Amino acid sequence: MAYKNYILVCGGTGCESSRGDEIFRTLIKEAELQGVKNDVQVVKTGCFGFCEKGPIVKVLPQESFYVEVKPEDAKEIIAEQVIKGREVKRLLYKKDQASSDKVKIEDIDFYQKQFRVVLRNCGVINPENIDEYIAREGYTGLERALFKFSPDEVVEELKKSGLRGRGGAGFPTWLKWDLTRKAPGDVKYVVCNADEGDPGAYMNRSTIEGDPHSIVESMIICGRTIGAHEGYIYIRAEYPLAIERLKIAIRQAREYGLLGKDILGSGYDFDLDIRLGAGAFVCGEETALLQSLEGKRGMPVPKPPFPAIKGLWQKPTVINNVETFANISVIMAKGAEWFAKIGTEKSKGTKTFALTGKINNSGLVEVPMGTTLREIVFDIGGGIRNGKKFKGVQTGGPSGGIITEESLDQPITYESLTALGSMMGSGGMIIMDEDDCVVDIAKFYMAFCVDESCGKCAPCRIGTKQMHDILEKISNGNGVEEDLAKLEKIGKAMTKASLCMLGGSAANPTLSTIKHFREDYMEHIRDHKCRAGKCKSLVVYEIDAAKCIGCGICARRCPVPCITGEKKQPHVIDRARCIKCGECFTACKFGAVVKK
Amino acid sequence: MAKMSLEQLRKLREDKRQDLSRREVEGKEIQIIVGMGTCGIAAGAKQTFDELVKAVDESGLGDRVVIRQTGCMGLCYVEPTVEVVMPGMPTVIYGKMTSETAKELVKKHLVEKSLLDNHILDRPAADIVKK
Repeated sequence: MAYKNYILVCGGTGCESSRGDEIFRTLIKEAELQGVKNDVQVVKTGCFGFCEKGPIVKVLPQESFYVEVKPEDAKEIIAEQVIKGREVKRLLYKKDQASSDKVKIEDIDFYQKQFRVVLRNCGVINPENIDEYIAREGYTGLERALFKFSPDEVVEELKKSGLRGRGGAGFPTWLKWDLTRKAPGDVKYVVCNADEGDPGAYMNRSTIEGDPHSIVESMIICGRTIGAHEGYIYIRAEYPLAIERLKIAIRQAREYGLLGKDILGSGYDFDLDIRLGAGAFVCGEETALLQSLEGKRGMPVPKPPFPAIKGLWQKPTVINNVETFANISVIMAKGAEWFAKIGTEKSKGTKTFALTGKINNSGLVEVPMGTTLREIVFDIGGGIRNGKKFKGVQTGGPSGGIITEESLDQPITYESLTALGSMMGSGGMIIMDEDDCVVDIAKFYMAFCVDESCGKCAPCRIGTKQMHDILEKISNGNGVEEDLAKLEKIGKAMTKASLCMLGGSAANPTLSTIKHFREDYMEHIRDHKCRAGKCKSLVVYEIDAAKCIGCGICARRCPVPCITGEKKQPHVIDRARCIKCGECFTACKFGAVVKK
Repeated sequence: MAKMSLEQLRKLREDKRQDLSRREVEGKEIQIIVGMGTCGIAAGAKQTFDELVKAVDESGLGDRVVIRQTGCMGLCYVEPTVEVVMPGMPTVIYGKMTSETAKELVKKHLVEKSLLDNHILDRPAADIVKK
């Protein structure tokens, strides 16, 4: 069948939730109605990354990049572009409101500094069709691992590539595989950690949704290398679309004989299964994950022995993150030299990040290691929303720390981020502006850790609670200066004494905000003031009598109600009864309600 | 499909690569642009297009050629019109490109790098060419 046009519709969770699926179906329906269903192929593909402007629709070969498409636009796209060969100008991505010129995809700022290795197939192929993955050099890596390389050589290849674990800690992948391979035992396992739990992170979800076969292929390569015949993908149940696509991928791979007995006639057997996590953050920790896989309560166990020696059911196990696996198939296909050219001396390859928070272009990005944070936030991310001032960026979620303006020009590597008191983490990046309060942020992450602590070891169970209480006290305006020293002391103890990295890194957000924004903390303690206006107890709402025209809208909106005043006379807020909900502040059209 | 052997996998990849490469634009230096206005379609541009796709695949140039459609070029009297842009050759608009001549175009212009004398209309008008 010869198609004239190809329409790629984003099928990531972000775009699906803004009616991406409806667009997809409407396009197919319209193509049929207008009699051109044989001229156009409509493909649902993975995340384009540019979620800010979603849903994204791309039409080839014209390379029309349509943003914020609605199902109603489908008719026009088919009628204009497929039938008449004209682009739908109003939907094209434009640099700014004023310009009407088409911007080439490679010229869109968002994509300029990106380099896609892990996301190579996202937004290009149909993730539910194994043939399209195969066409893009898919399963060539497996071919080489089965027929060209010995397991020794695969490990050697990985060593040359310099790939390090993408789950955050950065352990050399080749070493992990080599240790497991050499560990005694005839039964071994391969486990993929897809329990992505950091608030604001969705790189792994998008990778699986957009290119599930890259994970399947790499897990077979891993199994072959270490001598395992079974593998498990541990994925959180909150990712229904990713799970569905994985199931389809596994089924197709089985049909093609890429999974199961005697893969491609090599005599090697391997099969995969999916296990669903119930959404506990601690299960992203490898030993807790393995416990959960075995059907036990998800709690970490002390290391050593490491999973490489005693892992799943006490057998040697390789457990790698989704992104690590996604890199392996391409390293095996294109060779270690190719991969080692990307990135910096010690951190090779690329890293995916999920940009969220107060940023213009939130979305999924992939950059070579060594790119600076400034490039990510300001060039790719398009800077801070509404022209506000940049305050910091939280990397590594509740385990990471805040990185401030001064450190923006640091190239991103495992080492540099650790030196800054944060960590690579899995890649969530939350951008904060001047309206965010560091005490509030530290409190949020600490509350998250209190909830998610499994309670097995005392430093984490008690430490997180104590730290949270102190932070609460400070944000209520009841803090004293010694509290900061106390926070630091408990934080350090937790870091040293906790059983796993959940507790070991839970203090990071607090410690790094104290380090970088001590003055903000002091304002809360000394002046009982929250400059961002986030800490409710420290905020006071007042009505400026000079500006108030007495329209009474605030009084009507007030839920308590504590605002009184005669018509056309300045109103007054009764502070004693005010619950600081902020309704009057947003309601007033004259800027008469002030937040102090 | 039943289980595959290594050879079958390689063959499938080869076949599918051609299918998918039609979608890609990057790195392709040869452009064949088919006029698909109402006039073009009425004169059989759709058949020409299909024939071009087939001929390009057969010639093995699939990795280098992108075939796209455009609106009416204003030369309705000689539809279907096909414009060919490729390095090392002048940009030419051909007229009266029926499905029969499509094959010839690929063979002569793309492979042998010679022009189809009987069908040449013109170089595109100055206002169509973007510098």
